[in-house]
Amino acid sequence: MTAYIIRRLLYAIPILIGVNLITFLLFFVVNSPDDMARMHLGMKRVTPEAIETWKRERGYHRPLFLNRDANGAETLTDTIFFDKSVRLFAFDFGSSDAGRDIGYDISQRMWPSLAIAVPVLVVGLLINISLALFIVFFRATYIDIAAVVLLVAMMSISSLFYIIGGQYVLSKVFHLVPISGYDTGLAAWKFLILPVIIGVIGGVGTGTRWYRTLFIEEAGKDYVRTARAKGLSERLVLFRHVLRNALIPILTGVVVVLPLLFMGSLITESFFGIPGLGSYTIDAINNQDFAIVRAMVFLGSVLYILGLLMTDISYTLVDPRVRLS
Amino acid sequence: MARWPQALVGLALGVMTLGLTACSEGPWNNPYPDPEAIANVVYSSFDERPKHLDPARSYSSNEYAFLAQIYEPPLQYHFLLRPYTLVPLTAEAVPVARYLDAEGRELPEDAPAESIAVSEYLVRIQPGILYQPHPAFAKDETGGYRYHDLAGEDLRGVNVLADFPASGTRELVAADYVHQIKRLAVPWLHSPIAGVMQDHILDFKDLSERIEAAALPSSPGGARPYLDLREIPFAGAEVVDRYTYRVRLRGKYPQFVYWLAMPFFAPMPWEAERFYSQPGMAERNLTLDWYPIGTGPFWLSENNPNLRMVLERNRNFRGERYPGEGMPEDAAAGLLADVGRVMPFIDRAVFSLEKEDIPYWNKFLQGYYDSSGISSDAFDQAIQYGSQGEAALTPAMEEKGIRLLTAVQASIFYMGFNMRDPVVGGDGEATRLLRRALSIAVDFDEYIAIFANGRGQAAQGPIPPGIFGHRDGKTGINPYVYRWQDGRAVRRDIDEARRLLTEAGYPGGRSPETGRALSLFFDTTATGPDDRARLNWFRKQFDKLGIELVIRATDYNRFQEKMREGTGQIFMWGWNADYPDPENFLFLLYGPNAKVDGGGENAANYSSPEFDARFERMKNMENSPERLAIIDDMVDIARRDAPWIWGFHPKSYSLYHAWLANLKPNEMANNTLKYRRVDPELRQAKRTAWNQPVLWPLWLTGGLLVAAAVPAVVSLRRRERSRAL
Amino acid sequence: MPVVLITDALIFLLLVLAVGFGVYAARHAHLREPWGRVLRSRIGVAALVILGFYVVVGLLDSLHFNPRLGEKGAQGETLYSPQVLSVLDLVLTPLRERQEKTYSAPFATHLFAKETIELPNGTVVRDYPRLTYGGSHLRDPQTERLPDILLTSLRGLGWGLLLWLAVAMLIVWAFARRRGEGLRPTFDAMLAGGTAVPWRTLLLTLALLLILGAIAAELSLKYHILGTDKVGEDVLYQTLKSIRTGLVIGTLTTLIMLPAAILLGIMAGYFGGLADDIIQYLYTTLNSIPGVLLIAAAILMLQIYMANNEEAFASLVERADLRLLFLCIILGVTSWTGLCRLLRGESLKLREADYVQAATALGVGRFTVIGRHILPNVLHIVLITLVLDFSGLVLAEAVLSYINIGVDPTMNSWGNMINSARLELAREPVVWWSLAAAFLFMFTLVLFANLFADVVRDAFDPRLRGS
Repeated sequence: MTAYIIRRLLYAIPILIGVNLITFLLFFVVNSPDDMARMHLGMKRVTPEAIETWKRERGYHRPLFLNRDANGAETLTDTIFFDKSVRLFAFDFGSSDAGRDIGYDISQRMWPSLAIAVPVLVVGLLINISLALFIVFFRATYIDIAAVVLLVAMMSISSLFYIIGGQYVLSKVFHLVPISGYDTGLAAWKFLILPVIIGVIGGVGTGTRWYRTLFIEEAGKDYVRTARAKGLSERLVLFRHVLRNALIPILTGVVVVLPLLFMGSLITESFFGIPGLGSYTIDAINNQDFAIVRAMVFLGSVLYILGLLMTDISYTLVDPRVRLS
Repeated sequence: MARWPQALVGLALGVMTLGLTACSEGPWNNPYPDPEAIANVVYSSFDERPKHLDPARSYSSNEYAFLAQIYEPPLQYHFLLRPYTLVPLTAEAVPVARYLDAEGRELPEDAPAESIAVSEYLVRIQPGILYQPHPAFAKDETGGYRYHDLAGEDLRGVNVLADFPASGTRELVAADYVHQIKRLAVPWLHSPIAGVMQDHILDFKDLSERIEAAALPSSPGGARPYLDLREIPFAGAEVVDRYTYRVRLRGKYPQFVYWLAMPFFAPMPWEAERFYSQPGMAERNLTLDWYPIGTGPFWLSENNPNLRMVLERNRNFRGERYPGEGMPEDAAAGLLADVGRVMPFIDRAVFSLEKEDIPYWNKFLQGYYDSSGISSDAFDQAIQYGSQGEAALTPAMEEKGIRLLTAVQASIFYMGFNMRDPVVGGDGEATRLLRRALSIAVDFDEYIAIFANGRGQAAQGPIPPGIFGHRDGKTGINPYVYRWQDGRAVRRDIDEARRLLTEAGYPGGRSPETGRALSLFFDTTATGPDDRARLNWFRKQFDKLGIELVIRATDYNRFQEKMREGTGQIFMWGWNADYPDPENFLFLLYGPNAKVDGGGENAANYSSPEFDARFERMKNMENSPERLAIIDDMVDIARRDAPWIWGFHPKSYSLYHAWLANLKPNEMANNTLKYRRVDPELRQAKRTAWNQPVLWPLWLTGGLLVAAAVPAVVSLRRRERSRAL
Repeated sequence: MPVVLITDALIFLLLVLAVGFGVYAARHAHLREPWGRVLRSRIGVAALVILGFYVVVGLLDSLHFNPRLGEKGAQGETLYSPQVLSVLDLVLTPLRERQEKTYSAPFATHLFAKETIELPNGTVVRDYPRLTYGGSHLRDPQTERLPDILLTSLRGLGWGLLLWLAVAMLIVWAFARRRGEGLRPTFDAMLAGGTAVPWRTLLLTLALLLILGAIAAELSLKYHILGTDKVGEDVLYQTLKSIRTGLVIGTLTTLIMLPAAILLGIMAGYFGGLADDIIQYLYTTLNSIPGVLLIAAAILMLQIYMANNEEAFASLVERADLRLLFLCIILGVTSWTGLCRLLRGESLKLREADYVQAATALGVGRFTVIGRHILPNVLHIVLITLVLDFSGLVLAEAVLSYINIGVDPTMNSWGNMINSARLELAREPVVWWSLAAAFLFMFTLVLFANLFADVVRDAFDPRLRGS
């Protein structure tokens, strides 16, 4: 087990290098360091000398991947790519191109992201599972068909409509919650109600439908038939057998998204003005702050790989038959 | 099984009761903490993180909204008087230039500009002004600075400035102003005006080099060791005595006093530089760019640009008094109610991050912001025009007690032609006619009506209203585009434009060589959804002449690059005044200032010897009839050559609630927060009245859930039983 | 003069492929049978009819040309306008050309905003001016509008019924000939629902569609039935034009990613070893980059490319088209990994299957094995992924447009409509019709695409069959 985890972690290194390479390529095909300097120095009256010093200070004056003027190993190491990537692997994100410490910003901004993502996940899970069980109980009746059509209809509505509609109705017309904004600490709760409700409702269609499929698949298996044949009530069958066994795919499905909860939601956060990591990323793209973009891409990849690893481990935990090799 | 739906209902009810108990007082949708309700606070917003709060670096209006309340340059613009007038802020008086010739002899005030080698400004500041409390000034028992020699472990646990327990203050002295002027020359601070100041302040360029030479190399971590600028000599700015300093300029530059009203020339104590340059500070985001240190009426007590910025009243503020004189209409507008009272009137100003227009506008209507601009989409809701075309508030707004302020901004949005382009540019008669034809065809009056809801004034030349040299009425119209009829300017007929086009060699908009419609290229940064309509509109304008407009949309960087390289053809750009002087607009057309060769702001790369000669004369003159005559000439030349389609001067409309007092639009001054007064009781009453939560949907949802749950449970039971049988 | 945009070409390529696949499927029992199941499902048939309507609109909008100008050139040659139009534009000319000044509500006769109007007697009042086109035939809109709308709808209803009857007759006749029965018994059988293919559902859906269409067509000649937008463009026209964008994103994305996904997926599964490692590395790496960042960077990159090669993309339509294509490609890059992984797993299984082992033992070449045995047996997975992804991609377009990395802002798309409609909701009274129109058309498409995808999956996926 330990050996397996270590091997998987080692395997992550080439992936992260690849990710970094792609990020660099994409970003620098789009932007030259000159562009970045101009963006940060402002619009009016910028001199070429100022651009040069800006680049020098942040190490963007070197060549991107290959330094032809240097000797030996330095042809590869004295470059922007090497300089900027190596430190990422030690999770030292350095400071943003605007001069702020990225690590500190991330540690501050992940809480609002989590404050939305975790309730949405938990409440959503509870509601979706209960609804799905309910539908499965009535499977192959008109309730089932109507519910499925309703679910499909719900997932056919763009998330933008949920957000726009929710904000309009609950905040503007009914004055129930603030339209947008955030606050530190516990005072944040009233700002979270609306995004969480919208997040949950937006996920009901897809989630419930998926769980329904899982349950139906499970309910068709032989052991369930046996249990039913033994005269167990349908309710017991569903809870004791179907739900318990379907929990394995549900849990592993949840585990894979857990780490990514940190990354926040781009759309929700920018609509509701929540200072999480999602809006952090969008701002960085708009401001062309490459240091932040790079850090966020790296973080996202690490978390993704972590999610995959956790899924594998959780498989062994819930099902002893699976052996990791 | 029945447990599930019941649990759901329970959860829903639980949330509702929680909600009910938690916000029993005050409206539910209040985005601020409840205890703040009756505080003497102004609520405002910002839409973007201020990039710089260091006065040497900051150069944008959203940063000035904060900086101008904190830092005090020697001068300021009078709050009420128009035209814009400079008055002392920390200075004793507005300084007057002394002119010296090359030998250092004093020259009379009316000496010809060529003979003036040096202008000298002597600024005397008021004694007794104190800085805000700040740890950089904190002293220990021995009288030494407490936080100036911190070692790494002293900073453990420090993340924000408030983590330093002690603070201190000091009197403002002239040396602080000189220190700041030297900071403008520091290469690694990238002051945006370093380039301009190099041309004007004596010895400035050499100072830059001296600083570069004196600077210790920065450590690999990036922190730059402290460099005491006070020890570096500088002929451009010197301390005369404790309260007096002298600035020396090359030649004559009367516009310099306007710079003295900008935060670039605010004081900066050396202690701050010393304090922030310690190792470990920058890594903790403790920098001058993040925590300003000033003498103004407010200080930045919370800087969390992801959420809010809070300005708190500076308890060391000297107590400036509300100005005693105003324009005749000010008394009626209630702007003179507080004459002579000590400012500021508010305790705090909370700026919340608000990126989207809609929440911002809705919160304003709900009373959570005290004032607001009007987005184009909310316009009809707020403003209606009277029968004479004058803007007024809609009854719905008046009912809420909202009031309206309008002002034509000291800025211009124009459509420029790249004068280096062979098709539209150049000095030839044919291209000039083409440009003039287009000037008539592109109907900016309509543009203003559609896209700005009439909030603008079509420009007749480069100089906006309110700036010396602008002319209203019949004498002010651009005769190439307008004619005067029935007491107003009427755009010339499109037929006239077609005739001009034929004369220019494009009959019917058709290019004689290809036989096809002439294609012109419009470079723009448009990317948003709203731009689609705008771009279509531009195409329609060119289509009136049979010309095809090809739109090349790109991002701002690429657009700027094109402008720098001069590869654009037609573009749209704007300019905001730095100071209220015509020079600040006419220099946009000055040949040596061309974007391509000079790297200047003349984006059209217009270059006319006649214009340039007059510009050089005009720029150093005081406002006088003689200067006006030269400006008139210049404007005429520019109109004739038509390097720009003159576009429009935007008009700002802003709304404010009944509980806010002392607002007057001022395009030049940014430090207006100190004049503002609020009536928190009235605000609280209105907020409560406007935001009564509508509860029936909650009961309805709850009821529906129960109603849906009951039959579900019943049928569950029945099904269960039928199966069991 | 016809103009073929890149996406046009790809759409017709896709059409050819689809027809080819249909012919291929009809000849092979293992494919014919599940398709038969799709056709026998009522939801499947109804969804097909609705989707058919969208496809026809999309195809009409994919035939582009430069219209001919009235006048002749200097040498007497025919001149063409640089404007690029599509056949759909031609059909919708009345909608396209009747622009008002600014917003007007559905069926309105007056503008949405007050304006200063000069009356004939010289006095100036501030009022809602009449629309230039919408309801301009009415003398007194207040009293005449409602009867006129009803009357026009009735006429539309009549036309619709007539059209439906004609189509229905055609179908019944064709079907009767195949069954070798009279018209009457065939029709009765259809109505009774006694046929294998649910003809009754098909005819009913068709009736609904044709009647609604005819009413809308009749009405939109006189009114703006979905209102007008900020610059006075008809919203119905915009939504219809948006259909193509949605379809292109939904289909081309998958088409573009398909070759890579199939090839790499099968190779990884079948060859295993180093190839498997490399391909797995490739898709894990791509997958772990947050998609939005990838898309944002790619779109920016394209803009720069276009800025540097301006001559090649002179017309706005071409630029917008290229951006759309690029968006499809980059969406494909971010989404091919899922299919690739599925195919890898399936080929891994198939490799061990008896007949594959047998073929290998007999010395059949590896690529022949892939072509003959593996590929045909994973086609159903490809198909299911294709239909399942479609709706997600249409929805993604709207979200991407919101962060300004979607299709070109000058292009008609639901995302762009929603994006600008957000601002309209802040108005008082609310401008709701753009949002509603985009919602209606998008929701219908995605809903039926989802329903259709369900039917297809049930029919093709043996695992789920019968449950």
